[in-house]
Amino acid sequence: MSVKTVGTPEQSREPELSTTTSRRPAGTLYRGREGMWSWVLHRITGVAIFFFLLVHVLDTALVRVSPEAYNAVIGTYQTPVMGLGEVALVGAIVFHAFNGIRIILIDFWSKGTVYQRAMFYVVIGLWVITMIGFVPRHLINVFSH
Amino acid sequence: MTSTTIDSPRTPAGSAKRRGVNWEKWGWVYMRVSGVVLLVLIFGHLFVNLMVGEGVKAIDFAFVGGKWSDPFWKVWDTLMLWLAMIHGGNGMRTIVNDYARTPVLRKVLKGAILASVVVLIVLGTLVVFTFDPCPAVSADQAHLLPSFCPAP
Ligand code: HEM
Ligand code: HEM
Repeated sequence: MSVKTVGTPEQSREPELSTTTSRRPAGTLYRGREGMWSWVLHRITGVAIFFFLLVHVLDTALVRVSPEAYNAVIGTYQTPVMGLGEVALVGAIVFHAFNGIRIILIDFWSKGTVYQRAMFYVVIGLWVITMIGFVPRHLINVFSH
Repeated sequence: MTSTTIDSPRTPAGSAKRRGVNWEKWGWVYMRVSGVVLLVLIFGHLFVNLMVGEGVKAIDFAFVGGKWSDPFWKVWDTLMLWLAMIHGGNGMRTIVNDYARTPVLRKVLKGAILASVVVLIVLGTLVVFTFDPCPAVSADQAHLLPSFCPAP
């Protein structure tokens, strides 16, 4: 949630605030570098998914209007432009999901804060692998047939 | 000379003694529990709708009719709807608390979030459970229905 300081293991590897001339406070999980950027991305993707979901429940609700109305709207999901938008959406979800697991591990795993930076790169790695599995197949579906 | 006392970092902003349920804590727990379940539900949803067969190109009324003839997908989608709307709504509330400065703006934004979450959960749940895969349609639309529907 807000600012959170890490436990002793991380601090002992960085100089004490009093012994460094660096302006950046040492041993801060959410200020600067990987810890901060993962938080920024988590927040932006969370908001984006939320607004998508609002629209998505409404477009799905058209199945109760008529088959024709539903097909007309879902047809727009099948255009090339929306196909690229779906790549962005899936990319956002996959990052938010994997980084969410990282947050949970930071909170509950005793070594979580020590490895938060390493886990960020694991999240990026898993994201790349998932997207390699998804994007080509999806784009073939969108741009052919 | 009067000395200023500075509160220790974790002192709550409001009154120090609070009683009753710690909602903020349970919200925190909820974000984590729902997150893990949502990972499975949403990845499953995306896999079946985007990766299997022709992916997004195969989605139409008949596709939804096929899925929602099966109670398994009805429960799956309803669970996903409730968990995701509440998770997202609670997350948006945190963000409003962080950035909205005036009490009025906070009230308005959080009211809007709550209203949209409640309305969409009710709407989405009704849609799943009142859905009819074979509605009465005019003859020129009959081909849009799932293949298992009786010929009109
Ligand atoms: C481009 C990606 C997506 C496509 C093509 C898609 C497609 C669909 C379709 C065809 C349905 C109808 C029922 C079914 O198939 O189960 C549906 C329902 C639903 N989807 Fe998605 N979906 C996508 C992404 C998402 C995401 C990212 C979420 C979650 C944040 C989500 C949440 C839901 C929910 C909650 C329902 C049920 C709606 C209701 O109860 O009325 N979908 N989606
Ligand atoms: C796919 C599985 C998901 C996982 C594992 C997950 C996990 C998490 C976690 C652990 C948090 C942090 C809560 C905290 O810091 O106290 C969070 C925040 C959030 N999530 Fe999710 N989430 C998922 C899906 C979603 C969906 C579908 C939405 C939108 C409907 C969403 C929107 C948000 C928002 C808006 C926040 C607040 C971000 C912030 O405070 O900076 N998440 N999520």
